[in-house]
Amino acid sequence: MELITPGLGLIVWMALPFLILLLILKKFAWKPILNSLKDRETSIHDALHAADRAKEEMRQLQFSNEELLHQAKDERDAILSDARKIRDTIVEESKDKAKEEASRIIASAKESIENEKMAAMTDLKNQLADLSLEIATKILEHELADAKQQEAYVKQQMDKIHFN
Amino acid sequence: MIRTQYVRFLPYLIFLFLAFQVPFGSLANVSETFHASKEKPADTTFQHDENIIVEKEFDAGKMIMEHIVDNHEWHIATLGHTHVTIPLPIILYYDGEIYTFWSSRFHNPEHAYKGFILEHGKIHTVVESDKTVYDFSITKTVFALLMSCFILMWIFISVANRYKRNPKSAPKGMQSLLEPLIIFVRDDIAKSSIGEKKYERFMPFLLTIFFFILLNNLLGIIPIFPGGANVTGNIAVTMVLAVFTLIITTVSGNRHYWVDIINTPGVPWWLKIPIPLMPVVEIVGIITKPFVLMVRLFANMAAGHIIVLGFVSLIFIFGSISVSIGYGVSIFSVAFIVFMDILEILVAFIQAYVFTLLSALYFGLATIEPEHH
Repeated sequence: MELITPGLGLIVWMALPFLILLLILKKFAWKPILNSLKDRETSIHDALHAADRAKEEMRQLQFSNEELLHQAKDERDAILSDARKIRDTIVEESKDKAKEEASRIIASAKESIENEKMAAMTDLKNQLADLSLEIATKILEHELADAKQQEAYVKQQMDKIHFN
Repeated sequence: MIRTQYVRFLPYLIFLFLAFQVPFGSLANVSETFHASKEKPADTTFQHDENIIVEKEFDAGKMIMEHIVDNHEWHIATLGHTHVTIPLPIILYYDGEIYTFWSSRFHNPEHAYKGFILEHGKIHTVVESDKTVYDFSITKTVFALLMSCFILMWIFISVANRYKRNPKSAPKGMQSLLEPLIIFVRDDIAKSSIGEKKYERFMPFLLTIFFFILLNNLLGIIPIFPGGANVTGNIAVTMVLAVFTLIITTVSGNRHYWVDIINTPGVPWWLKIPIPLMPVVEIVGIITKPFVLMVRLFANMAAGHIIVLGFVSLIFIFGSISVSIGYGVSIFSVAFIVFMDILEILVAFIQAYVFTLLSALYFGLATIEPEHH
């Protein structure tokens, strides 16, 4: 029955070395092994997580880039259309101005023509008066000299003068 | 609550499954051969005496038992009439005195030295005495287990150093062989049975028993020195391992664990009062759980060795009838031994796994937190 009766000496010799083995392995083997396994796992986990996050960020960055581009395009279009509008108004305005100016110039030209005409008329009237006086003088002189001739002369003179 | 109950019965189910399937048939054989050897006249000259080698009738039961049980010296081979053995130190405590000498001192016709006699693997005093001889000898099993302790220390400390030196590099060499096993023990045994929060406390013990049992199981399969010692097939060794599990379970048991033992939930009240039947069953259960651990490992490993030795014996039994039959049988025997050895490698892993898993389950039961509901 030796097979199934545990011997005292063997129990002692098993318990002691096993306890020592347990303590030594715990301190010098299991602790560093388990710690470094855990560290490695967490670092791998973190790295994977970071990669995922980077990918997500990248995706968002790309998205926001597109958004930005889109916005820029819109803005450019807006600016262009604004510019076009401004240009149109400017052209319109300057056209109006030019028209106005032209009409103003024409008006003033007309005015000055009128003035000139008036001046010329006045001048003409003055000259006419002068001429009439001269003629009158000459006629008077001639009249005084010969009545007949004077008459003829006046008549002649009268024929010469045409009022225009 | 349902989950807790399920976990409670799981070890028993696994026990039923594993303990009864393999060893029972072979244990029956053991007792048969054991009785057979008893009936025959005592044949002490066969093993203990080198000087007088007599060709006696081959006794398979005796031969097998001598290989299975512990021994005071390490017998390696018999060449002709010379036994090649490694003498081991004998340490005796008798009547307040300690005696130490080599086991080779017993190699004389009387098998006696300093008033002690080695008979059937046991040491007595030559003169009848009412005082007991306490035998603390470094026997074959002790020597083998000490050796395996040193192997384990050497392997794991060197592996640990590599982890310390290159903490984040991929495993290499021995490290890559052991890392999956360590992770297996951690994830599939400890974490799943004890839980994420508390498993770390039990990891050193679980890893140590796993690798201790595994190494000794595997060394036991190797037929010659340094293997061949039946360490895990020795009941004293498995008893110490089981007692460690018992102590750790009892020490780490929380309030919930003890309350469940005294006042088991989900059981009719008349099983507790007036006769505390269920508490008694539960308290007995504290002891039976490690007892089962002890018996299962011992029986499985011993049975494996007995079967292999049985096949070896067949050759000699048939050989004693006729040499040519012996040769004929040897072909089948060797084939079966190879098959058994391969099976034993599998069993070595399974038993190391089962012992560790059940220990972890007991720790898990002892530390489980009550579920709030």
